[in-house]
Amino acid sequence: MTRTAQQWCPALAPALMLRHDAVRGTDLLVLPERVVVLEGHGGMVVGLCDGTRTVPGIVGELAERFPGAPVATTVPAFLDSLRQEGWLT
Amino acid sequence: MTTPVNPGSVVAPAPPWALLAELTHACPLHCPYCSNPLELARRSAELSTDEWTDVLRQAGELGVVHTHLSGGEPLLRPDLERIVAAAEAAGIYTQLVTSGTGLDEARLAALTGAGLRSVQLSVQHADPGANDRIAGRPAAFAAKERAAALVRRAGIPLGLNVVLHRDNLDAVDAVVELGLAWGADRIELANAQFYGWGLLNRTALLPTRDQLARARETVERRREELAGRIDLVWVVPDYFDGVAKPCMGGWGAVSLTVAPDGTVLPCPAAASLPDLDPPNVRDHRLAWIWQRSPAFNRFRGTDWMTGPCRGCPRQEEDFGGCRCQAFALTGDAARTDPACALSPDHHLVREPADGDRPEAPPYVYRRPGAVPAPAPAPAPAPTVLTTDGPKGRN
Ligand code: SF4
Ligand code: SF4
Repeated sequence: MTRTAQQWCPALAPALMLRHDAVRGTDLLVLPERVVVLEGHGGMVVGLCDGTRTVPGIVGELAERFPGAPVATTVPAFLDSLRQEGWLT
Repeated sequence: MTTPVNPGSVVAPAPPWALLAELTHACPLHCPYCSNPLELARRSAELSTDEWTDVLRQAGELGVVHTHLSGGEPLLRPDLERIVAAAEAAGIYTQLVTSGTGLDEARLAALTGAGLRSVQLSVQHADPGANDRIAGRPAAFAAKERAAALVRRAGIPLGLNVVLHRDNLDAVDAVVELGLAWGADRIELANAQFYGWGLLNRTALLPTRDQLARARETVERRREELAGRIDLVWVVPDYFDGVAKPCMGGWGAVSLTVAPDGTVLPCPAAASLPDLDPPNVRDHRLAWIWQRSPAFNRFRGTDWMTGPCRGCPRQEEDFGGCRCQAFALTGDAARTDPACALSPDHHLVREPADGDRPEAPPYVYRRPGAVPAPAPAPAPAPTVLTTDGPKGRN
């Protein structure tokens, strides 16, 4: 990972709303013209993106909560894909 | 009438994602393609603040997560801030859809303070004079320019919404430039749809095939150039390709429209269907309206389909096209959309699309009383020329 990626503290882009959808039992990202359904623990991961935690920090927290899960590889890739969409800054 | 038995009326349909709130049909602009119905709701019939608050609460409980606060011009509602706050309290994301007229710094601050998340601004043309001629209002363009700057300064997303037709398709490149200059995040280029006001003005608005092809190429080129900087959305025209559009993601499948007087419709244009008997939030709970009302079950699923749509492999992709267009052109809302090349009525769009372009008549501007009530009968097979869902509306 590059130095910048190590230091990146992901935060939700200002236009977005992260919410739980009790009717459908899932987490959502709501955008100006779109709704994105966050499968599995996606909502929990995005919920940790509050602009204070670094990516390794987020990975560390998740590794504690889900021992044995491959978070070290899946989470950075997931966050990166959200950044490429412009949903995380 | 009886509703055909379909899975949608036995098992509860999936909940709606979005609600289009037509807060008022009053509007300072008079666009000739407006997707509001020909018979505009009177201001005295509009839902009150408390009624909208209740509708939004019910919508949130039903599963709605996104609302377009639209009109007419929603800024004409003095209680718009309270309606935004009600949506926010119901957990619903709000986007204001406005002509820009009437937006000032204090109003925008009050709206964002109440929870407003984004703004979609309608633009008629990149040239101020042409814009104001299409909108039927002097200085409308200047108001848009000011509104765009205010939204930018407030730091919330800005989308431009441009309905495309004969009088602005050649300027599509300039429209993209305007969007860049105004700092838009997104430009929706929606080709005009021809029912309601659009059908009334079809001769004036229908473009030529060449015009469309040039505009489409321009948009594709600009989209490549601007990838990552601005989102360019091209909403396809349906008179020219022989393909029916999947209207609103299917009848009563994704979203619902609440008209100013509380009438609830599967799409704003559905107000034109004479025997739909649409329900009203003043009489019924929104959940009943969505799940059980005959109007919402009328064209759900595929059992209602007729003609070439029956058994067609594309019926789950385009849902047989637009019901309002089928009605407007054939007088029967259950027929295959004439935009589809397989429709026996396809000549009704093919002939105008490929016919000569007569001199454009003046617009019939959208304003109350412009059309003698009741609205004109469905157009007979027209040989002379006259949107997400219909797009032309604030
Ligand atoms: S026949 Fe009906 S379902 Fe088939 S493509 Fe045409 S409109 Fe769509
Ligand atoms: S106009 Fe199109 S979107 Fe609207 S109800 Fe008719 S079919 Fe649906």
